[in-house]
Amino acid sequence: MEIKKTSLNKLHQSNDAKFVEFAGYEMPIQYSKGIIEEHKFTRSNSGIFDVSHMGQLFIYGDESLTEELEKIFPLDLKNLKQNCSKYSFLMNEDAGIYDDLIITKIEAGYLIILNAACKDQDFEVLSNLLGSKFKMNLDNNRSLIAIQGPKTVEILNPIINGVDQLNFMTGNWFDSYNQKLFVTRSGYTGEDGFEISISNDKAEKFVENLIENGAQLIGLGARDTLRMEAGLCLYGHELDINKTPVEANLRWAISKTRLSNGGFIGSKKIMNQLKDGASQIRVGIKPEGRLIAREKTKIFDDTDKQIGEITSGTFGPSVNGPIAMGYVDKQFSKVDTKILLEVRGKKYPANVCALPFYKKNYVKGVN
Amino acid sequence: MSEVKFSKEHEWITLEGDVATIGITKHATEMLGDIVFAELPEKGSNVEKDGTAGVVESTKAASDVYTPVSGEIVDTNQAIVDDPSKINEDPEGSAWFFKLKMKDQSEMDGLMNKEEYDKFAKESAS
Repeated sequence: MEIKKTSLNKLHQSNDAKFVEFAGYEMPIQYSKGIIEEHKFTRSNSGIFDVSHMGQLFIYGDESLTEELEKIFPLDLKNLKQNCSKYSFLMNEDAGIYDDLIITKIEAGYLIILNAACKDQDFEVLSNLLGSKFKMNLDNNRSLIAIQGPKTVEILNPIINGVDQLNFMTGNWFDSYNQKLFVTRSGYTGEDGFEISISNDKAEKFVENLIENGAQLIGLGARDTLRMEAGLCLYGHELDINKTPVEANLRWAISKTRLSNGGFIGSKKIMNQLKDGASQIRVGIKPEGRLIAREKTKIFDDTDKQIGEITSGTFGPSVNGPIAMGYVDKQFSKVDTKILLEVRGKKYPANVCALPFYKKNYVKGVN
Repeated sequence: MSEVKFSKEHEWITLEGDVATIGITKHATEMLGDIVFAELPEKGSNVEKDGTAGVVESTKAASDVYTPVSGEIVDTNQAIVDDPSKINEDPEGSAWFFKLKMKDQSEMDGLMNKEEYDKFAKESAS
């Protein structure tokens, strides 16, 4: 299959991007300055991420759509206000995760942002569940640009006037570039920021304007170190079809009102796990010293019994040390539990720790 | 000090008497990206030509470091273990990896000179 390119591909090339294949797309892993510089720039200034490979699924419908979606997602959608977003997941009957996603209530229905590698299957699963009653559009004519970091508001607001009035996890339509852009105040780096849905033909111009205002392009490499420091899950690593939201320690994303009555796909399994506890749970892990423990590193207790496995591990540029996430047996999931990581045949000490590794405050209560 | 020589695994080596100093090339660091971890062989241990003699990890991945010649490790560079970013800054100078006492100096014969290595690196990168 031919590799797909986003509408920013030429701009990546002219900014000396190193490319990798990601979910069938040619995507920039880094630019000339490298992952650590890009990471730090995002934390101190404003980084631009091409996330156009992600799916933008518009589903149109009235209250009956809300009712149908409540049978699928563990969210209180009836009480979700228009233009408000929630993090959620698409699950099977066993509460195994097909995908994690952001769903926003818009005037005409819902906008769901899906992972690139999952979006086609998600569309199929949702089509089968919803039938033909509601119009669904996985929109390939729109690009998605994330812009993240403390200087983002002052860089973006002159280009898309009024975005400074958005609260975190809300969105709205804005007029710019002779079109309606959908902008949400959200992101996946642990920084304040926005995601902008814009027509493909205007995406390059928009990003050039952001760069003129002082933002810089950031690759997938730094996106990964940023989201790991923020303790956020990446599908295919922390999450997959064999993991449930309870095991992934994401129960906060399940609306409380839905936990008492259930009625969504996977609710039985989730309620049982909440009652009895899951056998394994996702935790943060801090290796001692400078040791880096990558995905698939085995985790042991002090009796040489394997108790889990790392799902993501790297060097965190802002915490200036190694960080990891993984699944461990429940009795080892308490903060400060000593564990051992097997790297290149030797066992090294590490500690279970609280997430996130790096914390900043999101913008709330602007209006 | 001898002329600097290079291996196909992207190490450089210089010889002074029978003690060789070994590190990784600038080209290698450019391929690896930001280096965030380095592990070196133990002083007094013996390493074999083309065998592993350490590890470097970048933000992206782990890579073995090989030794282009055999010998006994007589010194290692703790500074790059304490601050691995030094390897990106000065890979072919202050960020050497280890020194070893060579057993058989004829092992130097098969290695490349600078011109040959630059050509090899350019071809292997494309």
